[in-house]
Amino acid sequence: MRVQLTELPKTPTGIVGLDEVTGGGLPQGRPTLICGPAGCGKTLLAIEFLVRGITQFDEPGVFVTFEESAADLTANVASLGFDLAQFQADGRLVIDQVNMVGGPPEETGEWDLDGLFLRLGAAIDAVGARRVVIDTIENLFGAFSDTAVLRSELRRLFGWLKDRGVTAVITGERGDGTLTRHGIEEYVSDCVIVLDHRVTEQTSTRRLRILKYRGSLHGTNEYPFLIGESGVSVQPIASLGLRHSVSAERVSTGVARLDAMLGDGGFYKGSAVLVSGTPGTGKSTLAAQFCDATCRRGERAMYFAFEESESEIVRNMASVGIHLAQWVDAGLLQFRCFRPALLGLEAHLFAMQKVVDEFKPSVVVMDPVSDLLRNGTESEVAAMLTRQIDFLKARSVTTMLTSLNSDAYSAQTDLQIASLVDTWLLVKITEGNGEHNRLLYVLKSRGTPHSNQIREFLLTENGIELADVYVGPQGVLTGSARQAQEAKERSDGTARIEDLEQRRVNLEQRRAAVEAQTAALWREFQNEAEVVEQLLSNGSTGVVDRAGQRAEQGRLRQADPDDLPVGA
Amino acid sequence: MATAITESIGVWYLRLYIAGQSPKSLYASANLKKLCEEHLAGHYEIETIDLVEDPTRARDDDILAIPTLVRRLPPPQRKVIGDLSDTRRVLRGLRHPEEAS
Repeated sequence: MRVQLTELPKTPTGIVGLDEVTGGGLPQGRPTLICGPAGCGKTLLAIEFLVRGITQFDEPGVFVTFEESAADLTANVASLGFDLAQFQADGRLVIDQVNMVGGPPEETGEWDLDGLFLRLGAAIDAVGARRVVIDTIENLFGAFSDTAVLRSELRRLFGWLKDRGVTAVITGERGDGTLTRHGIEEYVSDCVIVLDHRVTEQTSTRRLRILKYRGSLHGTNEYPFLIGESGVSVQPIASLGLRHSVSAERVSTGVARLDAMLGDGGFYKGSAVLVSGTPGTGKSTLAAQFCDATCRRGERAMYFAFEESESEIVRNMASVGIHLAQWVDAGLLQFRCFRPALLGLEAHLFAMQKVVDEFKPSVVVMDPVSDLLRNGTESEVAAMLTRQIDFLKARSVTTMLTSLNSDAYSAQTDLQIASLVDTWLLVKITEGNGEHNRLLYVLKSRGTPHSNQIREFLLTENGIELADVYVGPQGVLTGSARQAQEAKERSDGTARIEDLEQRRVNLEQRRAAVEAQTAALWREFQNEAEVVEQLLSNGSTGVVDRAGQRAEQGRLRQADPDDLPVGA
Repeated sequence: MATAITESIGVWYLRLYIAGQSPKSLYASANLKKLCEEHLAGHYEIETIDLVEDPTRARDDDILAIPTLVRRLPPPQRKVIGDLSDTRRVLRGLRHPEEAS
């Protein structure tokens, strides 16, 4: 027999991040309890659940409040851009405010909460509501003396809400040692979300945790969440997962030789780059040149500066020939300069993501991320940057982070960030010969055949240039030592050329001598040959002479006639 | 004695919120009539509001529980919930002079 597994139907909240940690939203047609201490954002989360339902999912809602007045509520959320009055006028929202002043009335005999059921039912029917929020139902415990009846009525209420098929959110105030003051969690058992509000080092962070979600997988971590300018934003640490599509497209660094070092034209589009180094190594300049190159291609760049103001950066970069003001004027470059201590890490993250979504840059610079450490611990900063990088990668934004440290290798933050980034450039300073010089090398670059060479990093009037360094018996030569070495090599070269010229002349001379000798030998040979020719031409008369001589000699010796054998 | 007290309190305007013909509602209506005749004879008016017919009326007096009896006049407003079976408690809840001690 096969068991048919069906996914629990869920109602998306539309709240940034919450649907990701709940695996799609709240249990559809069931009540969910949201509890936490005062000021943790329960009411806001609940009202946003309704507003998103109306605006994004065409699901009208009912808001029953035992706390705030409808007017207060409307005014409070207007700053988030939620126009509750308009929703009410459009017949998509009912706000039912129950005034609980006056303490518990006299109770005499049996009673029930049919009044609440009837008005809630009427409100649901009036707008065809699919979502209901009851905020904060525990106030009822102050309104009735007989809590036994109240409890049984609440149990009936949650059952009734389920029967109505509305997705309900019930808020509850955190109790002492219990989730809610009056144990509401006992009745709402499908899904419980706990909110918290903590202050560490004078910085407040709100956190959200799914305590329970019956019949569904859910994230179990505590997730930071923010109340920003456009509502609640839950920041799941790894909600985006590693699902972003990657690009093989390259983005120029703005430094031609660096592009070459990275192989095939620069960083990958949508990758994250860390530039770390000691103070004064030119990290910001590298970032500025990267922005400059981006704007030169007609793309937008966003520069988050935590140490310098916009005017300082523009002025300082102009001194090395990087003129950023033109791009600011052209609307291609935006600066956001703020001190990290101004807000909590989460708020910074939120603020940055918001402007990124508005400006839609293709390149983002954060200079320097090490400043964020003043606001949180290393792991917190790393977690925040993870989310920031994930966020940017999901939008194919190429990110350059700079990190300032006293010792490039020992800085923990660097190591924590290093595993997040795709490319890590290290800029360091070497001292020697009474000067200090900058060196740059590519410590890592995923997916590229990057150079293993150390380059000298020069800040010139035309921006950054990279020069070869000389590696010799005395180590790496930079600065004036490198120039001296270059001069030496140049003069050595000249000498070699002169030497060759001399040898060529010598060779010419030898060639002339050899040719002269050859000519002399040739002449000698010819003379001799002539003599031999002469002798050969005289040779035939010689034979006649010898025969004549023999005949003469024979005659003189009275030799036998020729027919007699000689010696016989 | 009862007459002297009712003379001193003027006219009471009472509202009873009920939900249809439920036993609690009917019982409360009956109990209220009886109580008024005995303790407020000639000095009361009762308006009965059935929330099944018009649930929006529940907002008028912030009604959650059924039945709820509201003393609209004289001020201040007083509420008593339940089927009004315990006359002494009802009178106490309404701050009737007989039980106001």
